[in-house]
Amino acid sequence: MENIISVSNLKKSFKNLEVLKGVSFDIKKGSIFALLGSNGAGKTTAVRILATLSKPNSGSAAICGYDVVKQADEVRGCISLTGQFAAVDESLTGRENLQLIGKLRRLPNTNQRADELLAAFDLEDSAKRLAKTYSGGMRRRLDIAMSLMGSEKERQVIFLDEPTTGLDPQNRIAMWEMVKNLATDGATVFLTTQYLEEAEYLADKIAILHEGKIIAEGTLDELRKIYPPAKKEYVEIQPTLEEIFLKIVGCDVPGAPQSAKESE
Amino acid sequence: MQVISNSYTMFKRCLTTSLRNPETIGTAIFIPAIVMWLFGILFGNVMDVGDYNYIDFIVPGIILQTVAQAVTAAAIGVNNDMQKGIIDRFRSMDISKSSVLTGHVLSAIVRNMIATIVVIGVAFAIGFRPQAGFLDWLIIAGVLILYMLAITWIAVICGLIAKTPESAGTMPFLLFVLPYISSGFVPVETMPKALKWFAENQPMTPIIDTLRALMLNQPLGNNLLLSLVWSAGIIAVAFTIAVQIYKNKTS
Ligand SMILES: Nc1ncnc2c1ncn2[C@@H]1O[C@H](COP(=O)(O)OP(=O)(O)OP(=O)(O)O)[C@@H](O)[C@H]1O
Ligand SMILES: [Mg+2]
Repeated sequence: MENIISVSNLKKSFKNLEVLKGVSFDIKKGSIFALLGSNGAGKTTAVRILATLSKPNSGSAAICGYDVVKQADEVRGCISLTGQFAAVDESLTGRENLQLIGKLRRLPNTNQRADELLAAFDLEDSAKRLAKTYSGGMRRRLDIAMSLMGSEKERQVIFLDEPTTGLDPQNRIAMWEMVKNLATDGATVFLTTQYLEEAEYLADKIAILHEGKIIAEGTLDELRKIYPPAKKEYVEIQPTLEEIFLKIVGCDVPGAPQSAKESE
Repeated sequence: MQVISNSYTMFKRCLTTSLRNPETIGTAIFIPAIVMWLFGILFGNVMDVGDYNYIDFIVPGIILQTVAQAVTAAAIGVNNDMQKGIIDRFRSMDISKSSVLTGHVLSAIVRNMIATIVVIGVAFAIGFRPQAGFLDWLIIAGVLILYMLAITWIAVICGLIAKTPESAGTMPFLLFVLPYISSGFVPVETMPKALKWFAENQPMTPIIDTLRALMLNQPLGNNLLLSLVWSAGIIAVAFTIAVQIYKNKTS
């Protein structure tokens, strides 16, 4: 399958702070890609560059064959972005927010699509309430629904920056099913997450961003091969992605701060 | 066309939100109405403005103050959009870039017109007696709409450069004060030298003189032409600056 996103040697710094120090990866069409990293690793920075909101200092990235800097408008025509922080109009109702995006993108069946999304995101009962009265989780769901308010073409590549942060377990699982379905329908999903089990469950390919570089990349099985299971005397325990992650980023005993360990 | 369709959608969005917060139009009516009432009652008998009734004399200046008050909502609205995440959503979509600003400007014109009509109504109630005919009112409307556009684009700049919605809302206050240093409330000839020079040369004076001449059936002179040139010039400059700041901020 062809690569729908290819990123090569992307660098970005803010003043003196080097956030991305040469990031490269490829994403296959129709797959789910998860970018993992600690707080401040640069996940949002990478998403913003790919979604044309910010320009890299050097390196290049192409989506659907278009360059994210030189052909930003073409790229915008084939992506949908849900940023890390809710981007809804607080003074409009849930339904009006969806209709606003549908009208801006000139969808032919705006109302019908809005109804579908309200149902899919369990927002039917609050569709007529102003978004400012929504709870954090409801706002998040509306936010994601808004980015899906587009044509097939505009949903070819879907960016979800920490889509399930703040969702309750029930809605998180519903969200996971939604993401799987999007990929089954042919969309490519790029997600960042703090929940490693989320990446473990959803992602076809996982990349770990640490200190400005992708330090590990592959399917869960490939990552497991690099960091083989701990051999116990009789039973073999597959490492969870969480263990792999913590090992890679160099903090191998969860819960025990490095300094506390050293002082012992 | 994409620009027109997107601008219309943004216009409807901004209008819906401002109709949901009627206090923004409310203050744009209430404050100029209070000023008009105070000036009319307090100074009405002592002010010597030639052959005019004082209330008839100040209505054009009051209307300009109404516009200044009504555009604060546009400054706040633009600033809100820029501060909140929604601008990133708009930017990540393949839509007309200027439509975000145009939507605010068009809805501001509607708010301005509502506020101005109500304020003129209040003026009637407290003794304003214009002698304008239908055609005069049409010209008045045209002059005012052009002026509103000019002032709204200035407000958009305020909204773009302000750090917070609060400061965006207070920046256009200058536009509320400036009519005092024009022919709006006292005849320019009575002013001290420096103020007189400023009042004679600032754009509000020919606009106020145009409105006054049309409302009270007086000779226009070259004031109509001057006001149109001023408004068109301000629109051209403020629009260019606003779009440039917007592009710099969002690229
Ligand atoms: N506009 C900016 N100006 C200056 N520094 C920035 C800016 N945006 C991000 N940074 C810095 O870049 C680094 C990476 O930030 P980024 O938001 O990409 O991290 P993240 O991986 O998304 O983290 P989190 O998991 O907390 O969301 C941080 O140190 C942050 O302070
Ligand atoms: Mg982030």
